[in-house]
Order: sequence, then structure tokens, then C-alpha cells
Amino acid sequence: MLILEALRYTEGDYSLSADLTLAPGRRVAIIGPSGAGKSTLLDLIAGFLAPRAGRLLWQGQGITTTPPDRRPVAMLFQENNLFPHLSLARNLGLALRPGGGRLSTEEAQKVEQALDRVGLGGLSARKPGALSGGQQSRAALARVLLQARPILALDEPFAALGPALKAQMLDLVQEVASELGALVLLVSHDPQDARRFAEETVLVADGVAHAPVETQALFNAPPEALRAYLGQ
Amino acid sequence: MAPRPLAVSAALIAAGLVLALVLGPVAAVLARAGGWGTLGPGDWQALRFTLWQSLLSAAFSVSLAIPVARALARRRFPGRGLLISLLGAPFILPTIVAVLGLIAVFGQNGMVNGALRGLGLSGFSIYGLHGVVLAHVFFNLPLAVRLLLQGWLAIPAERFRLSASLGLSPFAMFRTLELPMLLRIAPGAFAVIFVICLSSFAVALTLGGGPRATTVELAIYQAVRFEFDLGRAALLSVIQLGLALLAGLVALRLGTGGGFGSGLDRIVTRWDGRTGVPRLMDAAWVVLAALFLLTPLGMVVARGLPGLAQLGTGSWEAAWNSLTVALASTLLCLAWALPLSTRWGEWVGLVGIAVSPLVLGTGLFLIVRPFANPLSLALPVTTLVNALVALPFALRILRPEAEAVRADYARLAMALGMSPLAWLRLVLLPRLRRPLGFAAGLTAALSIGDLGVIALFADPERATLPLQVYRLMGSYQMEAAAGAALLLLIFSFGAFWLCDRGGRTHADT
Repeated sequence: MLILEALRYTEGDYSLSADLTLAPGRRVAIIGPSGAGKSTLLDLIAGFLAPRAGRLLWQGQGITTTPPDRRPVAMLFQENNLFPHLSLARNLGLALRPGGGRLSTEEAQKVEQALDRVGLGGLSARKPGALSGGQQSRAALARVLLQARPILALDEPFAALGPALKAQMLDLVQEVASELGALVLLVSHDPQDARRFAEETVLVADGVAHAPVETQALFNAPPEALRAYLGQ
Repeated sequence: MAPRPLAVSAALIAAGLVLALVLGPVAAVLARAGGWGTLGPGDWQALRFTLWQSLLSAAFSVSLAIPVARALARRRFPGRGLLISLLGAPFILPTIVAVLGLIAVFGQNGMVNGALRGLGLSGFSIYGLHGVVLAHVFFNLPLAVRLLLQGWLAIPAERFRLSASLGLSPFAMFRTLELPMLLRIAPGAFAVIFVICLSSFAVALTLGGGPRATTVELAIYQAVRFEFDLGRAALLSVIQLGLALLAGLVALRLGTGGGFGSGLDRIVTRWDGRTGVPRLMDAAWVVLAALFLLTPLGMVVARGLPGLAQLGTGSWEAAWNSLTVALASTLLCLAWALPLSTRWGEWVGLVGIAVSPLVLGTGLFLIVRPFANPLSLALPVTTLVNALVALPFALRILRPEAEAVRADYARLAMALGMSPLAWLRLVLLPRLRRPLGFAAGLTAALSIGDLGVIALFADPERATLPLQVYRLMGSYQMEAAAGAALLLLIFSFGAFWLCDRGGRTHADT
């Protein structure tokens, strides 16, 4: 269980509070108006922001002050998920050896397998600049596969892709996540993503991250805040 | 975002070293300074001369730059881009090389005096006030042109279109569009050049001298080297320090973002000055400015080529010293600049430029003397001071890019748990390749051409190439001096070109 216990974050006038529990292996969408704090919530979970108050627990262990790389979270950012001057092999290798050391034969094989898995077999020598936007997303996903963390946090990483490509990527995320048995947190401003992809949805609005609700039920009977966001 | 403890401590160490190396000598100078009574009338004369020549140099540079910048802003002609790039060259041009070139053109046996005598007119001497001002204008006219050109190109093209459609007379247009810009930019340019000329040492050393043309910096040098009056040297250093700090503060207030001349190749379409006379005037200004800047350099090359064959072992040893000093000070400067490439780090770096190299040198001389013979430390001290002096420029180049790299990739590196060393080796250095190359090139070129502290410390056994050129000039071996100057020119431009190019090739964007 990922538990956000009376978590509270403030910065100037802005504040966000969250008191909710997320189950392992679920696919959860985080939606809400822009500026409400969807990315902030993700940053709190991934460890890039420190909460003012409250606790963060994973499987009963407190991780409130754990640095990002020691958390059970692998994250895909909106952009800059790959170092542009390093080949895919080097980029992915960093997931296995963050010190930048040479990979063993076995590790190099794992990198190739991960690239194969996302449909980029044989492209390990390429640099990100020589790939299409969709391929870059796939490569980033392959790295997440190598990191093999139980929580996968996606901060609108496919926002720049066209609708068909985005749908493909979400399907691939679903496959990868179910292979890892990972809890997926997908930040999106597009309600369609939530309906397509997520079993549960967390609505972030008015400074509060609401407890997850089953997506279908949520959209069938949207609460006031969601209605305002959807324009209904 | 959680601070990266190692990066922070590296920055603190670097900042501490810079501050200690600047404030230590300043403290030594303050402690050693003699009473005001030790100053002779010659010293007050030096102070007056320093202010006067700076004033003249800044005034001439800025007022001559106005028509040149205006011509460059509104004309397009073949070679315009090249000429604008060349305006950046004096920054890395060794002072002694320029001085030799200027002597070849304006000196006793130079082209201009030759022409004057041919016309039956009496010649003039380049030594003294006008020589010093001439050399300063040579170095700072290009700077002023670039600052003003930036101002001109920043005037929106729509304004020119509007004034063309209103049919404004040339004078009305000047008053509504160009004058306000000039009033905004020119005082800053004037102040910057004034401050630069206040700390003039090498020019005064070579073209000035004597009771009527000595700057405070030169007086410090003479007090240390010839009279060995360290108390007076320290007091003069305090005066120089106060002068530069005061003027620096004024310049900072009037500050114009200098920049390194990017984006100056734009041409604003204008509808004025399309008739014959203005076109001719603009052409004349551009040609004159180009001749003024290029002829001395051409003379250095022309006179240096035969001299290259005459270089003795002394010159080659000096060349070797210059290269090692440049390499070491470049590495040191970059090692300082990388951890300090943040907003507050840039302020720390500025401390180094507020204090003139000669003042730093005098302070270091005083600090070292109880423990060792300062003369035996000439090269290490020169290395240190050169690195400090180049640091603000290196930071100006590196900081924006380093901050962009951190903004783009620090989170990814944190998420991966990259070690500080891996971050440095795999991300920061490769991403900063271009600006690192540029900064290294500037530092190396500045260091190779520097004739400052080395003059204060050097014994007859040790010299860098610029000092060797100066000594050859002093002993009237003009041909050998010309050869060594050409070598120096090749070294400094070559070092810049190599480093800058090294940063550009194979750099992935």
C-alpha cells in the first residue's frame, strides 16, 4: 500500500493536502485543472518535493524523507527523460549503474532485451536525437522496465504525441506495468486518458487530492469539482 | 529540490579560495601601506594622468564608435559579418602585440609619420599621452562599437517603418529614435571603457612612462621594481583599489549588458540615408575603422615574418613558459568556474575583476616575501592571477548554460541516483562542451597575452612571451621583437581557435 497520511505541502499562497491510500498494481489517473497540483502530488511521492507535514508510507515503511533514487518510484517526466548526448544503451545503462560504470555482459543483454520489449530492438547505438518522438517515449519506458520499481509515476510524458501514438503508448505502459506488477500513477489533463487507461482516478482540485474513486463511477456521477473541470 | 551536498561543498571550497586569494592580497596591501606623506608629487601626477587619459580614451572611443556603429547598423556590404566578428578580436589580442603594430603605423619610423614627412610636415611622437590614448582607443573602439550596435539593432524595425511612412526628416528621426537609444547606451559604454583604462598597465608601460605619462599601476610597478619602496607601492595599490572600486560601482549602475556579440549580424531595413552623401559618409567611417584596426595587425604579420627566423633560445623558452602558464591557468579557471556557475557564484567571480592584477600581484608579493624569494615564484603567481582575472568572463559564458543543464536534467539524475562524479563526467561536462571550449579559449588567450603581474615578479632568468617581446623592444632588437610578437599573436589566436573549435566539433545538441 502507498499511504499518504495527512500529507500537506505549502508554497506561498499555494497549498495541497492529501490523505489517501493507493493499492499496489493498480492503474490510477490523477486529473484536475491545470495549476491544481497534479505534478506537485507526483513530486511529493517521487521525493522531489518535501511535505510540510504528514507522512508517506510504502508497504508499512516510512519514506517521507527518503531521497528520490531510494524510493520505490520510477518516474517519467514531461520532457528530458533521456540524455541527448548519450546512446540509448548508455542512457538505459544508467538505470543499472547510476555511477556510470561499464555494464557487465549480462547487464548489457538486459538493456537489449528491454529495448526489444518496447519495439526498439537493434537501436541501442542510436542517440535520442536520431529517434522519433514516439520512439523516444518507448526508450524512456524501456528504462523504467530496467529500473523495475513497484511504483511507476508518469507526469504527462506523452503530451507531445498525437492521439493515436499516445493511445499506443498507454497500452504499452499497461503491458509493462502488469509485467512489473507496478502501481501506475498517470498525471493527465485529458479525461479521455483516465477513462481509457485507469481503473481508479484521483481528482486534484481546490488544494485537495481526493481519495481515489473507481473511474467509471466517478465519470458517471461527477462531483461538483469534476463537473466544473469538465465544463458540464 | 534537495541540495546536492557534494556540489554545494565544491562550490563553497571554490568560493572560499577565490575570496581568500583576492581579499588576502588586499589585506596585505592595506596593512603594509605607508602614510600619505610617503607619496611624492610624482604620485599625485600619476593619479591625475590616470584619470585624464581614461577620460580621453573613453570619450574618443565612444564618440568615434557612434558613426561607425550607425553605418554598420544600416548598411549591408560584403565582409560585414567578418568585420563584426573582428570587432571581438581585440579582447584576446595581446596588448604588446597591438602596441608593436601601432608603433609600426604611428611610430617615429611608421607609415603615418613617413607620409607626413613626405608632405613636408613635422611628424609626431607616439610616446606619451597621445600614444596611450591611441592604444586605448584601438582596444576599446571595437567594444564601444559592439555595445552601440546592440543598441541600434534593438530598436524595433517597426519604428523605422513608421517613421518612413510619416516621412520624418533625418534629423527628426535621429531625435525620436536614435538619440534616446544613445542616451541610454552611451553612458554605460563610456563608464565601462573608463574603468578598463583606469587599470591600464601594459600600454602605459610601453607607450607611457616618465613623469608626464605614468599611470598609478605603472607607478606601483616602478615602486616595487626600481625603488623597492614596498610601503609606497602598497599605498599606491590602495589608491588604485579605491579608484577601480568607485568607478566599477558607477559602471555597474550604468551597466550595459556587454555580451559577446551574438546576434549582431541582423540588419534592420531602413528607408533613410539612401541618397549619395550619407552612403558615402557611412562607407568612409567603415573603411576608416577597418583600416585603423587592421593595419597595425597587418604590420605585425609583415614585420614579424622575417623576424621569426631570428628568435633565440630566450624567446623559445619564454614561449614555452607562456604555454605552460596558459594551460595551467585555463585548467585552474575552469575548475573554479564549474562549481561556481550559479547566480551567487558569478558574484564571487566578479570580486576578482574588481581588483587589478597589479594590486593582486603587489599583495601576493608582500605575502610571499617573508617565506620565499618572490622572483622565483613568478610563473605560479602569474598562473594564479591570470585564472582569477579570467574567471568572471568564464562564468559569464558558463553560468546560463550550466543552469539550463541543471534545470533540464537534475531531476532525472536524482531519480536515477547518479553519483556526483557520474553527473560531472556523463552529463555536465559533455553538455557544457561548447561553452567550456569558448571559455577555455578566452582564458588561454588572455593568459598567453598577459603582460602584468609577470613584469612585477620576473627575474632576468624567467620570462613569458609578452615580457620577452617587451625586453627585446627595450634593447632595440626590433626585428626579433617583431618575430616574437608574431609568434605571440599566433599562440593567442591559435589557442582560442583550438579550444573553441574543440568545443564545437562532435558536440551533440
